[in-house]
Amino acid sequence: MSNNKNLYGVTALFDNADEIINAAREVAKAGYKNFDVNTPYPVHGMDRAMGLKRSMVGFVTTFLGFSGTAFILLFAFWTMSIDYPMVIGGKPFFSFPAFIPITFETTVLLGGVSTVIGLLAMFASLPSNNHPLHDTDYMKAVSADKYGIVIEADDTNFDEIEVTGFLQKLGGKKIHSINKPVKENYPVLQPRFITFLIVVALLVSALTYITLNKVVYIEPFNWMTEQDKVTAQEKSVFYADAFGMRKPVEGTVAKGYLPYPYKGQLNPVETLPNPLLPTKEVLELGKKKYLAFCSPCHGTFADGDSHLRGQFPNPPTLHSQRGRDFSDGMIYHIMVNGQNIMPSYESQTTSEERWAIVHYIRALQRAKNARLTDLEEVKKEPVVNAE
Amino acid sequence: MLNNESGYIKKDLPASVVKLGTVLFIFGLILGIVGFVIEPVRASYSYLVAFMFLVSIGIGSLFLVALEYIAGADWSTPFRRISEFLASSLPILIVLAIPLILSLHSLFHWSHTEVINEDPILKGKSPYLNSTFFIIRVIVVFGLWSFFYYLLTKNSRKQDTSGDQKLTKKNIVISGIFIPLFAITISVSAIDWLMSLEPHWFSTIFGVYYFSGSVWASLAAITLIVILLKDKGYLGPRLNNDHYYSLGTLLFTFTCFWGYIAFSQYMLIWYANLPEENFWFLMRWSNGWEYFSVILILAHFIIPFGALLSYPAKTNPRRLKFMSVWILVMHYFDLYWLAMPNLNNNGNGYIFSWVDFVFPIGVVGLLILIFNMNAKKYNLIPVRDPKLQKGLDFTLH
Repeated sequence: MSNNKNLYGVTALFDNADEIINAAREVAKAGYKNFDVNTPYPVHGMDRAMGLKRSMVGFVTTFLGFSGTAFILLFAFWTMSIDYPMVIGGKPFFSFPAFIPITFETTVLLGGVSTVIGLLAMFASLPSNNHPLHDTDYMKAVSADKYGIVIEADDTNFDEIEVTGFLQKLGGKKIHSINKPVKENYPVLQPRFITFLIVVALLVSALTYITLNKVVYIEPFNWMTEQDKVTAQEKSVFYADAFGMRKPVEGTVAKGYLPYPYKGQLNPVETLPNPLLPTKEVLELGKKKYLAFCSPCHGTFADGDSHLRGQFPNPPTLHSQRGRDFSDGMIYHIMVNGQNIMPSYESQTTSEERWAIVHYIRALQRAKNARLTDLEEVKKEPVVNAE
Repeated sequence: MLNNESGYIKKDLPASVVKLGTVLFIFGLILGIVGFVIEPVRASYSYLVAFMFLVSIGIGSLFLVALEYIAGADWSTPFRRISEFLASSLPILIVLAIPLILSLHSLFHWSHTEVINEDPILKGKSPYLNSTFFIIRVIVVFGLWSFFYYLLTKNSRKQDTSGDQKLTKKNIVISGIFIPLFAITISVSAIDWLMSLEPHWFSTIFGVYYFSGSVWASLAAITLIVILLKDKGYLGPRLNNDHYYSLGTLLFTFTCFWGYIAFSQYMLIWYANLPEENFWFLMRWSNGWEYFSVILILAHFIIPFGALLSYPAKTNPRRLKFMSVWILVMHYFDLYWLAMPNLNNNGNGYIFSWVDFVFPIGVVGLLILIFNMNAKKYNLIPVRDPKLQKGLDFTLH
């Protein structure tokens, strides 16, 4: 084997499709594996003549296509039923028929794109854009009107002289040995070039941004932003007093708001009864709101022992005799009106939340001032105890 | 007649084929008449399904013949005659439609004038949906199909003796005129015979739905017959795996096409959920019909899709044969699913009846007899067609 190390292969040209089919069949029969045929158009029957197996690309496409199906169905399920459920057209969150079109699209897209990428990755050894056969007379001939065959030097049976003789015997013309091209280094991958690309990209982006947004700013569509309606805080040309925002009619009550009848009275003669029952839900709501709004001053357990103690006129404990003697309505009244330095909490809490807080304060007071008889009371209620 | 290029030698089909066809046809005919006497309404519905199946195979096959001419396809030329033979049921459709036209009142709600007068919707549709215009449409549509069948096959048969290449060109022109007319007429007959069973319902894609199923079934019939004849040596030795592969690919394509169309029809109605449209699907999703609907999705789309997806499935004649029979049965099932729920549209649901099984047997017998009659008279291969050689040499890669 006196093969030239730099040799890529031996090429031969044929005149018509029948000859090339015959040549391919003979070359395959002679035991060569690494050979290829170049023709100006796809010649029917070539796969069989060359002894090629069926391409495995179909399996790649099938697998990735069905991966797309699975992915998009799971994704649709997650987005539409778990992460951000939305009612659309009164359909269930996971409404299968609505997802079929996108499932179909994704299956086809993933199958198609992965096939193309797979083929490119397999057959074109990127980033090289060169091939030993490029820029040869052989390639020029087979791109025009000749049919060529090339037996590659990395075939185990390859011997330059033997192959040349074999191709001659088959009737091949213009038999050439083709050398591998000099190894390229890719100017595309040099740091200077990459820096240049980044600079150009930044420059173009910046110039585009400045031109479009600062120099010649054109509002693309203003149909939605400029409307005839009066917006908040705007001057009205219609009303004589020029107020764009109108006051509500006298006696208007906001939705969900109950007016408090004893508002502003320092010592009300009458107070309201608590409309809520001390259920578990109400006590939990009361606890939540108490911890948010009351505990910063009165302390977590209403002892008046918060961090503010000593920095301020001390917030009172709610366990004093006076506090315990207050009616529910009076505590509510204090929350609405405020007392001494305590401001009104009417705007921060709703009526229901205030009544819930009252219940919670009652629970705290009861807990702090427990009597021995209470223990016997607890024993009488095994069901509550078991909980 | 011997043709050296194709290796085709004309032989008569064996006598057992005639026997089988005759037995099936007579069996179907007699029991069909009995059915019409015992259960006239049920029988007219069952007969309608069988009739539409025959229409599917006939017009679908003629469409494939025309498609071959207009697309310049050569791979299917060696077995174009089989499509032509299957299309030869078209001229007798008008005769077979007579029992249906006679039982118009039991089939079609809109044919009762007293009902129409009370129903403003049907009244609005009555300029189109009335008995006279219906019969005119039936005669015109079947007449047109028979006319084009006659033109296309006459030229094709003449070529067997004369070998005149101009006849192919003539047929290309005829096919060009036929295909747009086909698109209109198949929609008209699908709407007339099947959609108007429920005259309040409407679906603009219905014609395409019927088209997809009918071409699918025709392809299956052709595939089945090609494989049977090839195995028995009637078609000559030159057909190869690539022919089977192409037939299998078309079957697969039309499986997907039917699924696409059927789902398009369903999804729009499901999404809008308008009471004037959705009741048609609700009818097929209640009272026992829901099982039919589920079977339709599985066996009409998903199973053929999986079974025909791979290369070996499309080239293995035995598997292809099995799938062809499967597809023919499923197309019949599809038509049954379209028509039969309207029989009890007051909510009675599905009721079993032996009458439904009689007519398909008769139709299969009739198709065998028609095919055999044609095979006796004409060559099974268009022996002097200019595209025949290319068709026989057909390879994919």
